[in-house]
Formats: sequence, C-alpha cells, structure tokens
Amino acid sequence: MFCEECEKRPANVHMTKIINGNKVEKHLCEQCAKKQQDQIGFAIIPDFSFSNILSSMLNVDPFTSFGNVQDNEITCDKCGMTYSQFAKTGRMGCNKCYSFYGNKLEHLLKRIQGNTQHIGKIPKRTGENIRLKQELNNARIELQKAVLNEEFEKAAKLRDKIKELEKRKNSKGGDVGDQKND
Amino acid sequence: MIRKMIEEPHSIWTEGKGEFPEIVLSSRVRLARNLEQFPFPLKQTEASANAVLERLEKVVAKEEKLIMYRLKDVPDLERHVLVEKHIISPDHAHKPEHKGLIINEGGTISIMVNEEDHLRIQCFASGLEVEKLWETANVIDDEIEKDLDYAFDEKFGYLTCCPTNLGTGLRVSVMMHLPGLVLTKQAGRILTQLSQLGIAVRGLFGEGTEALGNLFQISNQITLGQTEHEILSNINSVTKQIVAQEQAARDYLVKNAGLQIEDKARRAYGILTNAKVITSQEALDLISDLRLGKTLGMIDGIQLKLINELYLLCQPAFLQVLAKKQMDSRARDIKRAEIFKKKLA
Repeated sequence: MFCEECEKRPANVHMTKIINGNKVEKHLCEQCAKKQQDQIGFAIIPDFSFSNILSSMLNVDPFTSFGNVQDNEITCDKCGMTYSQFAKTGRMGCNKCYSFYGNKLEHLLKRIQGNTQHIGKIPKRTGENIRLKQELNNARIELQKAVLNEEFEKAAKLRDKIKELEKRKNSKGGDVGDQKND
Repeated sequence: MIRKMIEEPHSIWTEGKGEFPEIVLSSRVRLARNLEQFPFPLKQTEASANAVLERLEKVVAKEEKLIMYRLKDVPDLERHVLVEKHIISPDHAHKPEHKGLIINEGGTISIMVNEEDHLRIQCFASGLEVEKLWETANVIDDEIEKDLDYAFDEKFGYLTCCPTNLGTGLRVSVMMHLPGLVLTKQAGRILTQLSQLGIAVRGLFGEGTEALGNLFQISNQITLGQTEHEILSNINSVTKQIVAQEQAARDYLVKNAGLQIEDKARRAYGILTNAKVITSQEALDLISDLRLGKTLGMIDGIQLKLINELYLLCQPAFLQVLAKKQMDSRARDIKRAEIFKKKLA
C-alpha cells in the first residue's frame, strides 16, 4: 500500500481517527506522517531512532528487567557499562557484558534474529575447545542411545572415543590457558 | 595506495563486470569481529583503542598485500570520498580519532578498525558474487585469528557491540539498479515483501525509502541462528529472483513503451552532455534513464562502466577532490555539468 499523501513511498504509519462517531482511517509514510503530526495533535514517535527500538524491545518483556531499582546500578567490571546504559541503547560495552546482561537479551534476539543460538563458524584456533566440547556432547548422547538399544559393541567404541576426546580437551585446555596470559 | 584509491575516477561498483552487470552493480561481504582482551569501541579508552590499532598494525605488517592507515592522517574531504566509494562507513569518516583502515591494492578488501566493532572485515566484487567474497573474508578472518583472540561465545557466537550483528557477524549486501521495477510500479510491493523475509532493502542515495537514481541495496537482517552458507545462499537466490523480475519488467517496457524509454534515455544524454548547471539529484535520475537505455541496447558508443562512474561524480566530496579545491553546492553543480560534458563527449 502506498502513502495516501505523496503516493510515492509505502504507507507504514496507520492511523484511525474517530470524529463524531465517524471512523476515518489514514495510511501514510513516515515522512508525511511527521508533517501531519502537528495537525493531528500528537506526536507519533517523538524520537524515532534505532537505539530506541532496540531498547524498547528490551523493556517490553517484564522478565528482561531486573525490576529492582538497585539492580539498575549493576555495572560490568570490565568496561564500566551500567545496566541502565545497556537498557537505554541495547548495545554491549565488551565481551563480559554478555555474561552480565546476556540473559536479558533472549527476548530481543528472538524478535530481531528469530534465534538465540549460534550455529555458524567457530574460531579456528581458539575455538578448538568448543568444537571438542560439542563433539564430546554428541558422543555422549550417542553412547546413551547405544546403551539403551543394547548395542554394546558400539557403546564400547564410543566410550573409547569419549576418553580420547576428554584427554585431548584437557591437554588443549592447558595450552589455551597459557596463551591467554600474553 | 590510499591516494590512488581516493583519486581514481572509479570504484569496484562502477566496473560493470561480473554476473548480471546490467542490474547488479556490486556485492559485499562483511564480518564483524572483536578482540577478547579489550572493551568494544563504544567503551574503549584512548589506551585500549591504541592497543587495538597496534595489534592490527603488527598483524598487517606480516601481510605483503595489505596496508594499514590511521584515519586521522587522512584529510577530511578524502575520508568522505572513501564513504562515497563505499569503502568505509559514514561513522568511520566522521570521527577519525583512533580509527584505522586496512586495504589492498585493488580495493577489493577493506577492514575498518575501531568502527562500531574492533574489526569490520569487508570484501567487494563487481556484479553478483557472494560465495567467492565469503571465501576471501573467511581466509582473512582465519589469518587474523592466528595472532589475536576473538570475543566468541558458544551460545551467542562472535560477540558484537550491537545485538543485530551477533552470531556470524556476517552481513551480505548487493547493490542493484532497478529502474524497471520502479517504472512498472512494482518496486514498493516487491521490496516490502522482502522485508518480511528478513531481507533489508534501502535506497543507496536519498533519505528513508526513497531511492535516488533507482539504486537499491539489499542485505540480510538475520546474523544469528543461521550458518554462513545459509545466509549467503539466501541473498544469492533472492538477488537472482529480483534480477529475473527486473529483467521481466524491462522486457515489458521495451515491448509496450520502447519508444518512450529510448526517448527518455536520449533526452537524459542530451541534458547530461549540454547542461551548464546540474544538481546531484537531477543527475542521479538522468543517469538512471541513460543507464536503462544503454542496457536495453538503445544507446551506442558509451560504455556501461562510464555510466556507472557518473554516479560517483554526483558525490560532493569526490567532485571536490577531483577539482582539487573546496566548493559550495552551486560551484559543485557547475563543475559537475562541466565534467559530465567532458566525460560523455
């Protein structure tokens, strides 16, 4: 649907006015709606910015707010980002913010991304542990299945595989830890 | 290298090469990455910002083909040419302190350092070519990660300042010229439908939904919960769909309004070669008319590449760098007309 005023841009602001019991509908684009807002007598979106949209998505869900004034003073100890700063902009200050505020993101991510779990690339060098962990998890699930199905030969093989993976994970874990001290 | 990149009268997206050059000007793949050790640019101090720059300088020193610049060493006007050539973002140019830029010779790679994220690895190609671009970006990503630890989380993927880039950090975009869809009044409908599929559409020039010069950019909105290949193949197939629609619209126009389209293109050529004063807005529309006529075989003697380059001449900063002096908008409109005449003669 195109804007009723300029007939050029798509209509994305829809208004219903009721005057003396008569319903009047208007379909406008953002620009024309802004021009009209004085005549209509109310501001449509006073300060329409991307940050505001993000933060409004953070606030809509009561579960995403701490609901406690004191908690609004929670501060990330790495970058100094406070919860209220984060809630205002929807942006993170550092990787550690994600462990502080990450659980508040669920709702926002579902809306803007449709998902909350990464399934893409894992860093080649430092991600080795995560890859091993995922491989281990998969092997453990396979093992349980094999035991339930009484496939003992397969189970034995899987048990060996898990042992091997655990060994690799432990030794790798040490390596990565050392590198991080740099 | 950066001087040449700024002054040369063309850019990757003006080359007119690759797949579907009549409709797709260029493709871009971008990866957002942050270093684990430092706060994101939003929260960084002068010291940590410089530390990020120094780390990257060390990495780049090992790469023969890449050169790194500090943006504060690049003059204001020239930074804005980089924006007009789509090599860096407007934000990156506006506040150059503590910002870096890594480029290669051909201008097919541009890495912004300390933009919204520590790293924005970008690869460009003329025409539609997203898979190859991803392969290149992926290799660069691995090379950098050999030396530097990325902020990564098993659940959230690559951690970014804004949650809209979280996960893969991958944004794939394609720049398209769609005069057929606009003239047959289908652009609004088709492009609105795309937004329902998680594809963002915007005009390349102009405010809001207006697309001056009928140039559009489409890109993926979702970065989390899809693999890189899913994102790439989505954009690839959506682009091909739009190309088919645009082609059908152009065929329809030739059949039903061929004379008017040719007339429009020739009039555009007439004005572009004869005007004494021309605003960028007027020029963008005329270039679009001329470009449509050219791709339909109605205009001889001008290369598609040259027509694409005219889009660049509409840009204020580039025009001033070309003229080697500061100019107000009136002076630019005169200079623009002068250059068009020379180029198209």
